[in-house]
Amino acid sequence: MTDQTLSPEATVAAPPAHAIARKPVSDAVAGWLLSLPLAGVLLFFLVLPILMIVVVSFWGATEFSIYPAFQFDNYEFLLTSPVTYQVFFNTVKYALITWAITLVIGFTVAYFLAFHVRSLTWQVVLFLLCTIPFWTSNIIRMISWIPFLGRNGIANSTLISMGVIDEPLEWLLFSDFSVILAFVHLYTLFMVVPIFNTMMRIDKSLIEAAYDNGASGFQTLVNVIIPLTKPGIMIGSIFVITLVMGDFITVRFMSGSQKANVGRLISNDIALLQYPSAAATAVILLITVLIVIAILLRFVDIRKEL
Amino acid sequence: MVKTEKAKGISRRGLLKGGAATAGVALGSGAITGFPTIWAQNIKDVTLRQFGTGVSNLNEVAQKVKEDLGFTLEMTALDSDAVTQRAATQPKSFDIADIEYWICKKVWPTGNLQAMDTSKIKNYDKIVGIFKSGKLTPESTIAQGTAPHTVGFVNGVDGTEFAAEESGWMTLIPTIYNADTLGIRPDLIGRPIGSWTELLNPEFKGKASILDISSIGIMDAAMVCEAMGEIQYGDKGNMTREEIDKTMAIFTEAKKAGQFRAFWKTFDESVNLMASGEVVIQSMWSPAITAVRSQGIPCIYQPLKEGYRSWGGGIGLSKNLSGLELDAAYEYINWYLDGWVGGFLMRQGYYSAVPETSKNHMTEDEWGFWFEGKPAKGDIANPFGTVMEKAGAVRDGGSFYDRMGAVACWNAVMDENQYMVRKWNEFIAA
Repeated sequence: MTDQTLSPEATVAAPPAHAIARKPVSDAVAGWLLSLPLAGVLLFFLVLPILMIVVVSFWGATEFSIYPAFQFDNYEFLLTSPVTYQVFFNTVKYALITWAITLVIGFTVAYFLAFHVRSLTWQVVLFLLCTIPFWTSNIIRMISWIPFLGRNGIANSTLISMGVIDEPLEWLLFSDFSVILAFVHLYTLFMVVPIFNTMMRIDKSLIEAAYDNGASGFQTLVNVIIPLTKPGIMIGSIFVITLVMGDFITVRFMSGSQKANVGRLISNDIALLQYPSAAATAVILLITVLIVIAILLRFVDIRKEL
Repeated sequence: MVKTEKAKGISRRGLLKGGAATAGVALGSGAITGFPTIWAQNIKDVTLRQFGTGVSNLNEVAQKVKEDLGFTLEMTALDSDAVTQRAATQPKSFDIADIEYWICKKVWPTGNLQAMDTSKIKNYDKIVGIFKSGKLTPESTIAQGTAPHTVGFVNGVDGTEFAAEESGWMTLIPTIYNADTLGIRPDLIGRPIGSWTELLNPEFKGKASILDISSIGIMDAAMVCEAMGEIQYGDKGNMTREEIDKTMAIFTEAKKAGQFRAFWKTFDESVNLMASGEVVIQSMWSPAITAVRSQGIPCIYQPLKEGYRSWGGGIGLSKNLSGLELDAAYEYINWYLDGWVGGFLMRQGYYSAVPETSKNHMTEDEWGFWFEGKPAKGDIANPFGTVMEKAGAVRDGGSFYDRMGAVACWNAVMDENQYMVRKWNEFIAA
């Protein structure tokens, strides 16, 4: 089946030598045809669903059904509620703090792997070691923090027995701290991988040249390595920021349902059958995320750098 | 298979098999009508898909159905919100909906369920009064909220309007119900608790919790606010916007002051919060208390002077059921009320809709402990064999009539539900 669908394009894409002379299709047409399958996939599985969400966001809802309409009620309620702004602020706050921490950790780990570990074997071994936590489910890695951080958890009882604290630390669990801790734990690898990847492709002779010209280690880092690693940093940042901004389950579990981000607003609405309201929130979230990414892309032209 | 046997030459064994198969085909195709085994044979192929909240969707029930009735029951357990959503939006995905009465009020108007003919329900007359007239005993007063009998009947199989009294067509066949209150850790509190107001007592700052299911959480909140004397409700089960605002304002203030450690949405979350000592007082469900206690941790389902918040569940039939499957569903309902399930659930602390049949499936001591509120004579074990209570223990809250007679409010869905939900979301996000 795959062969059947591919073959016509394959012929177009790589016409036999004698066919080129005749040019049955122009390059422009061939280009369009080549992009057709991917465009089709994107159209059906990305553009149409998003359009649907936008359409539904103007609909109305009763308790158990939704009805087509064109009304701004959902947006009006969303944009006039102070809770919305608070929740969006919270979402951006989580995203920025998580981004900053994962960037520092991710960059350091990638730098160590790429420049301090000399043999390729060890680089591969250590890199695989980083991915081991990903062999278990996301949820399990997150939930296992709960007994660790709890009032009578391992962290508190260790600190108390060491005499560091007298009373258990309440803010360890069900707080912003635990939410961000879980985010960092879950998403640092998404920062490590792209940064490591770009670092491995830096020509070592550039670093030698910097050294020969008398640059210190720090100068090399700032003037050579960081600029050349920018695309990796940017890709990692996009991963982390979009993942954190779209998350709802981590915030729900790690804050004991006490904190809210946009994802939780949407999931609450869906649970209560308020699809139009959920769609409106999703549209606003999508716009916010796109703006953030647009700003990031102003700094680095990923396509040029790749 | 018959053919291959024949190809080898007709043996006595092959002939018998072939004969049996032919007879089976004849029966299956309905060649001989009015013969009971037709039904008995076909029903083995019937699969009924049931979904509902975790409390009654137990695999043990499905196994017993297979044993006793022969057909397959597939169970899916979801949380209350997901159950509502599925009943309202995916009518083809289930045959039997195990839902609560307040959910019924919400989803019945979608027309996804069909009413049941009470004349086909063998034990209908024995069903507890709460589900028929609304009164536990003739003298009882009816509590606030969505009392089961108010959404229990419709006029006719396709009726969409709820009938005021017993009409012969039931929306849900009641299965289990209970009276809920606050759960506490007596060892960590160290003093008697007697009122709903204690949930917001600053003494338990950072150690309280409430459930994050808006329609139930708002009730617990209302019980607290009323007990504090802050708000006088016309009907806690059907609040005005003003009452909702006031209730949520009191709780938002408490939340901002750090009263709550967490909110919980699922059964196991509530168990973990309590067992780990993160929380010492919270809204809780009866089996969650049992689950905490079975870990050897003291936990009490504290009766409170303002009364209980009660809930009831029942099974409803999908509109898509007909013919043999509908017969099987009625068979299942009759079996459900016949006592085995009742006993199974009552030994976990719930009540069954027909207690007198459940009695046959419980020991005298179990019946005395769970239903009559008498001290246990020996160890009381749950259906899974774990010892719940030692000899001498008495059930929190006492007998069936003590507990169900002190219901202040039923779980409900309000006219201002959408407004309430939005306010609840603001409370969670605040």
